[in-house]
Amino acid sequence: MDAPAIETPEMTPPSLVLQILPEGIRRWRSTGRGADRLFRLVTGMCAAAVAGLLLIVILFMVKGSLPAIRDHGLGFVLSPDWDPTNQKYGALTFLFGTAYTSLIGMAIALPLGVLTAVALVEILPRGLAKAISLAVELLAAIPSVLLGLWGIFELVPLVRSFEIAIYRSPLGFRKLPIFSGAPLGVGFLAAGLLLAIMALPFILSVSREVLLQVPTAQREAAYALGATRWQAIRKFILPYSWKGIFGAGLLGLARVLGETMAVTMVIGNTPQIKASLFASGYTLASVIANEFTEAPSDLAISALISLGLILLVLTVLLNAAARLMLIYLNRRMGTQGAK
Amino acid sequence: MTSRTLVRTALTVLLLAPAAFAQTVNLSGAGSTFIYPLASKWFNEYNKLHPQIQINYQSIGSGGGIRQFSQDRTVDFGETDGPMTDQQLKESKVQPVVHLPMALGGVVPVYNLRVGGLRFSGETLADIYLGKIVMWDDPAIAKDNPGVKLPSDPITVVHRADGSGTTYTWVDYLSKVSGAFKQKVGVGTSVTWPVGLGGKGNEGVAGLVKQTPGAIGYVELIYALQTKIACAPVKNAAGEFVNASLASVSAAAATANIPADYRVSITNAPGKAVYPISTFTWLLATPSMQDAKKKKALHDFLVWAVTKGQGYSEGLGYAPLPKNLVQRELKDIGKLK
Repeated sequence: MDAPAIETPEMTPPSLVLQILPEGIRRWRSTGRGADRLFRLVTGMCAAAVAGLLLIVILFMVKGSLPAIRDHGLGFVLSPDWDPTNQKYGALTFLFGTAYTSLIGMAIALPLGVLTAVALVEILPRGLAKAISLAVELLAAIPSVLLGLWGIFELVPLVRSFEIAIYRSPLGFRKLPIFSGAPLGVGFLAAGLLLAIMALPFILSVSREVLLQVPTAQREAAYALGATRWQAIRKFILPYSWKGIFGAGLLGLARVLGETMAVTMVIGNTPQIKASLFASGYTLASVIANEFTEAPSDLAISALISLGLILLVLTVLLNAAARLMLIYLNRRMGTQGAK
Repeated sequence: MTSRTLVRTALTVLLLAPAAFAQTVNLSGAGSTFIYPLASKWFNEYNKLHPQIQINYQSIGSGGGIRQFSQDRTVDFGETDGPMTDQQLKESKVQPVVHLPMALGGVVPVYNLRVGGLRFSGETLADIYLGKIVMWDDPAIAKDNPGVKLPSDPITVVHRADGSGTTYTWVDYLSKVSGAFKQKVGVGTSVTWPVGLGGKGNEGVAGLVKQTPGAIGYVELIYALQTKIACAPVKNAAGEFVNASLASVSAAAATANIPADYRVSITNAPGKAVYPISTFTWLLATPSMQDAKKKKALHDFLVWAVTKGQGYSEGLGYAPLPKNLVQRELKDIGKLK
């Protein structure tokens, strides 16, 4: 019999854990022993400390950005000028750089990560899948400064040869706005590629775990109905796990937004807004890393902290948007995805 | 017999040890990353000579050094690659602040082109960094390099993206030789560049230049010496094209007109043997130090650093202070006692 390779994970589904937990807490409270109380106190304090830490950081950033906001007003966010010599600061070019490079990174990493996860769980033989997972997880352990160095010496020349090929192409690709400009190698494309490499391990690992959670019954039902592998994956397995994959994407995005060192080394650090993938740019995190130590004035430091605050707000907004979207999708697709 | 001696020795050590600890003086400093390799060598060697004096230094950058010394007052001395401005001196919570040159450094142009052996005048470099000169076969570059067949390649300008004393020295020089540069870019540790890519640190700039055909950038002389990158000679105020070396950088300090407070830029200094893009790195101290022991320790260390300590400079790639300057500084260090 030609049975498809099916993983049978022996895990408790998350929903079951949630059902058990309140019951456990109730039972735990009723015993009311001293040690338990102490334990509750300690764990509670740990939780409070974590929340407090976040609050302290936010307070520091708000307080630090006040001078710049007072001096420049809300125009700070929308101004494209960054001129430390004349004490003129604006965040727009950096915001654009962060958004553009993150977009490129996610556009590459998300499909690549999810499709690889599908291959690992559903298609490839177990041994090979394990080897590949391990390799990708090791990728996450490479310090970003090393990836940046690799970027300067290996990736950038590669990107440049690609850019030169586009530039010389008889089809006239270079007339397209996203391919315009001199083929320098450094810029949005190189930075986006590096970010994709960094986000990939996160997206892949989480997607793989999510796909492993799909119940065997779901798979077997699909195959029993005579579905081909493609149909089973598309109609039965991916719809079941889309929420988790969405989460994987968010995790990858969080990694990408704040990435500093590697991007700084390959983006060209030019504060400008250009649509071309080949143009050099600058990101919020990069300019903070570059200019903080030698910031010429208190206002400059405040402006840099404001950029950090903008990055934080951006992350929070994205998370909120993602959650809203999740609720919306949940309502629309609730009937399709198995609960 | 032996065991009794042992016990006696142990007791003596135990009794004397607290006394020795009590005499330890801890000095702390912060600032320039440029001086860090030389400074840590000094502190180490000085500690070997005077074990009771320990100097702790954090290389957090010149700007941070100035802040910690003059505003936060958390350190006993600062180190900076650019002198404090009049404004900074006025606002300083430490009064008076004394600047003392400790060593010299240079900034050199590096490039990546099919032809080698190029040399530059300051005006040409300024126009390249202003974006006025965009091709390697520009008449201005040809004029600096008679007889060289220059290719018709585009120039990619590379500068430092992080704020740094290296950038300060570079734009300080370009502003001196070009009015247009002074007006459009100005002087600072980080400036707004009309053209070009930014690299992080010397290694970032050198990496970009190495990887980009037709690129030109600037790095610290020490970095160029250590990594053996070919650097181009620059035309000095006397009209000579001079290669950057420890000797030609030291010469700039010997010929430059140095005011009493030492707060001076020595770029574009006069003299035939002078390399024009040279700079001091300063130590910031004050005679108003409260702790007498610390005060004496710092004084003694400074005397040593500008005399015997200069012997360590060349080995680490720093240009030593010229002798006439050391004599002057010793007098001023005497006032710190």
